[in-house]
Order: sequence, then C-alpha cells, then structure tokens
Amino acid sequence: MERSVQSDLPGLAPPDLPGLAPPERRPRRSRAPYGLAAPALVWLLVLFVIPMIAMASLSLQEGNSLEGFRQTFRFANFSDAISQNGEFLIRSFRNAAIVTGIALLLAYPVAYWIAFYAGRFKNVFLFLLLLPFFISFVIRTLAWSFILSDNGIIFGSLKSIGLLPENYRVLGTTVAVVAGITYNLLPFTILPLYVSLEQIDHRLVEAAKDLYASKTKAFLKVVLPLSMPGVFAAVLLTSIPAIGDYINASVLGGPGTAMIGNVIQSEFLRDRNYPEATALALVLMAIMLVGAIVYARVLGTERITEG
Amino acid sequence: MSAVATEPRGRTEAAPPEHRTRKRWTRFLLPTYVFAFILYLSFPILIIVLFSFNQTRGGFGTSPRVKTTWIGFTTEWYGRLFDLPDLTAALRHSLTIGLLAALAATTLGTLLGLALARYRFRGRGGADFVIFLSISAPEIVLGAALASFFVALGVSRGFSTLFLSHTMFSIAFVAVTVRARAAGLDRSLEAAAMDLGARPMTAFVKVTLPLLFPGILAGFLLAFALSMDDFVISQFTQGPTQMFPTWVFAATKVGIPPHVFAFATIIFLTGATLAMVQALASRRRT
Repeated sequence: MERSVQSDLPGLAPPDLPGLAPPERRPRRSRAPYGLAAPALVWLLVLFVIPMIAMASLSLQEGNSLEGFRQTFRFANFSDAISQNGEFLIRSFRNAAIVTGIALLLAYPVAYWIAFYAGRFKNVFLFLLLLPFFISFVIRTLAWSFILSDNGIIFGSLKSIGLLPENYRVLGTTVAVVAGITYNLLPFTILPLYVSLEQIDHRLVEAAKDLYASKTKAFLKVVLPLSMPGVFAAVLLTSIPAIGDYINASVLGGPGTAMIGNVIQSEFLRDRNYPEATALALVLMAIMLVGAIVYARVLGTERITEG
Repeated sequence: MSAVATEPRGRTEAAPPEHRTRKRWTRFLLPTYVFAFILYLSFPILIIVLFSFNQTRGGFGTSPRVKTTWIGFTTEWYGRLFDLPDLTAALRHSLTIGLLAALAATTLGTLLGLALARYRFRGRGGADFVIFLSISAPEIVLGAALASFFVALGVSRGFSTLFLSHTMFSIAFVAVTVRARAAGLDRSLEAAAMDLGARPMTAFVKVTLPLLFPGILAGFLLAFALSMDDFVISQFTQGPTQMFPTWVFAATKVGIPPHVFAFATIIFLTGATLAMVQALASRRRT
C-alpha cells in the first residue's frame, strides 16, 4: 500500500524517506481513502445506482397511472416498447448516424489544423470553439429555430430576392433536426479528436516525408491511424447524446420528426406510462453500455475516466 | 535553389520546393475553413446578442416576442429584464440550485478525486465505473431514472429533488477534474513540508490545497455551468418548480420574449469573462 502511494517518483525519493515518516501516519493512511470517497460514493449510490434499479423495477411493472403499478416482472414490456416504437427508434439511429458522420467530417479538419498549426494560439482557438457553451443549449436551439424560420433572416431574405420559392421551408423538417443536433454536439466531436491529434509526435510526420511520403500519404499512413482513438471517442461522445436527444426534434422538428427521446419524455411526463418510458430508457442505456464496452476493449478503461 | 531550401520555413520545409509553389494557394484553405467553422459555431450567439437589441411590439394584452426582421435599435429589454415574474423566478431557481449544487458537488467531488488520485483501495474500480457511467449515461436515462426513483418513493418533485439531482450529475465531473490536477502535483512538496515538521493535516492545508485550488475552482465552475445549462434532468425532476431553460422551452411555443435574449446575452458575457479569468489565473499558478 505505502509503496504504491509514492511510486510516482521512484527515482527522486531518497531511499530512507519511508523511514523518516512518523510511524503513526501509516494506519491513518490506509483508512483515509474510504473517508474521502465515502460521502460522494454514498450520494452516487443513493441518487444514481438506486434510481437505476428503481427504473429497472418500474420497467417490469404492469398497470396504469390511475390504478397504480404492480411488479409482475413482465419482460414483454421491453419487446412491446421496442415493437411499438420501431419507427422512432429507427429514426433516432438514422439521425444519430448522419449527425455523427457529418460532425466527424466537419470537425476533423478543424481539430487537425489547431493541433498541428495553431502553435501558441491553441488555447485561444479551443476557447473560441467552446464559446457556444456559455449560452444554454436550449436557447442556442431556439436561436436556430429563429434563424431557420420560414421568413427568418436566411430564408426570408432569400425568398424576398426570389432565390427560393415561397413555400420552401427547412424548419419543421428532418434537415433542421439533424442540423440542430450536429450544431449542438460539434464541440463534443472536436475535443476528443483534438486531444488525440495533439499527442501525435510531429517528428513522425517529418520522418514519413523524409522517406518520400507525399503530404497526403503521410497524413493517411501516419496521422490518421494515430488519431483513431480520438475518432472512436468522438463517435461515442457524439452518437450517444444524439440518439437520446429530444430538444432539437421538439424545437426544430415538426410532424414526423419525433425521435425516441420525445417518446420517452412524453410517455413519462405527460402520459405517465412509466413501464414503457423506462423500458425505452433502459434500451438507450444498454446501447450506450455496448458502445462503452467496445471502446474499453479496444483502448482500455483508464483513458475514459483519466483521459 | 539550395538557398531557398535551407531557409527556415517551419514544419513543411521537408517538402520539395516546386511542390510547394504549385500548391501554395491551398495553404490558405484550411485556416479559412477553421475561421468559417468558428463563425458558424458563434453565429447563433451573434444573432442572440444582436436581436436582444431589436425593437418589437407586443400584440394587445400579450407580451412582446422577438421579431425576425430588424426594426430598430433599443436597450429597452435590458431595462425591463425583470418584467416577467415567472422568468425572474425561474432564473432565481437556476442560480440558487446551480450555486448550491456546485458547492455540494465540489466538496464531495474534490474528496473523491483526491482519494482516486492518491490511493489504491478496495472498491476503487467500482468507484471508477460509477463515475464513468454517471458521466456517459444519456441525460434522458438519468432523468428517467431519477424520476422513477422519486415516483417510487412517493416524493413530490421540486426544489430539493432538483438540488439532489444536480449535485449527483456534477460530482463525477468535479472528481475527474480534481483528480487530473492532483495526479499532476509534485508530491515531494508535501513530503518536504512534513520533513520540516509539519503535521500531515498542516502540510495538506498549507501546501497541497493551494496547489489543488485551480483544479477545485475549475471543478466548481464546471459544476455550476452544467447545472445552469441542464434542461433534460431538470425537466424530469423539477415538478412545478421551473428552471431558466425549462421555462424558456415551455414559454417559447408561441415565440421568444426578448427578455430571454437579453438574459442569455448577460449570462454569456459573464460566463465567458469568468472562464477567461479562470484560465489566466490557473496559467499563472502552474
């Protein structure tokens, strides 16, 4: 125990340092981590782990909001929930896939340029990329509904000079929903890409060029493979929130654009159909876990929480 | 030729010169794109700030809504910020919950982060896993789980459930931030203090805590920002107590009151300034 605590400076610690430490410090240390971690872990146990169990329990119950719900361990709730909401699940997956693809294509060049060419202004550029976070994302989404509205500052002007037909609209369509989710999640795509690109040793790229690789080839054979952990993290951090999103679909969407999050939200909060809503939420949780397990298998868990 | 080749040119000097002259214009492609990208990310902010200064007229008996066309410059909405009592109440809830939850999460998360950074103990892997799950679970899953829990307990949702939930989802972020800072600290400083006769507690308070402070402050600001920005978990745990984002969401079905843009502008400027100050301060300390 004692050794592992100090192992982070093996070469620097004088060999007799453990001998200098007063002996009564040792028993205190061994109990210290539990005292430090306990308050937070109890909070997380009561308000994260137990609620998850409560949700799992609710997802297997039968009944309705008027007469109450009874625990019957009805696993068919899951198959019912999935088959009744196939349309929304498929739309969510499709939207999330499109969003993730577009976000990666848009974000990679930006992350690449900042990591390789921004020099001492890296932090300035990162700050600029994070500026949108200082406005609540609900308000940012509202701002997009304002910008994209039928007679708004973009389409209103294009229509008035005759470039677009009068009945042309984007707000209320899937295009607006996908654009909105992409906009909101782009910082989550860029940051992991940037982190992995920034760690790449520039000398490797120079070595590739010294060996007569063209710029393109050096990028494809050196930079891109080395940035794959970042790409994978970016896919995870973009696609999981995208699947569960319901703000963009309700602010920017219209009839026929609702996603699975909209179903969970309205089944839970409006219709109080708790078993169906919680079963769908658990399906989302399972999808996220599968993604995380694949990530951990490929890259190790340490990167996730310590990255 | 040789003179050109030996001139220092930064990273691309390895490329043959004729290659460079042929492709010179493409050098501007990527920086231009990055510039356009940042413009695109900031575009809604520019619109919000701009249209918070736009005039609008309400209909008969209805409160004014933001117009999509420019009518004229006014600072009226900044003078009438607190005209909508529900909006003011929602903002007060958000600020109070944000502050309380950030304080609680910073206290709990700092201790947890320290434990994880400094000790190997039984249950550490489990703690890591719970932290990871609570950060990466989709918000709607967290919201539905918390609401299920409160429904099962028969607790009515309101101010206290909001506080409990907001603290919960911030703890992991603070713990990760503080742990990163603690892991980067030179522990020989604390050992030196103890060699000079300081008791462990004194060494911690006088040496370690000041060194950790930038991490703790960053964790606090992150927790506050997460809480202020949260919509999904608030919607599931708030009951009749409206928060700023949830009020705005509900109220804007019929158009956006200009006060919302004015408040958003003020919050944006405050947040951006605080973040810049924090970044400069932590740079000086490291």
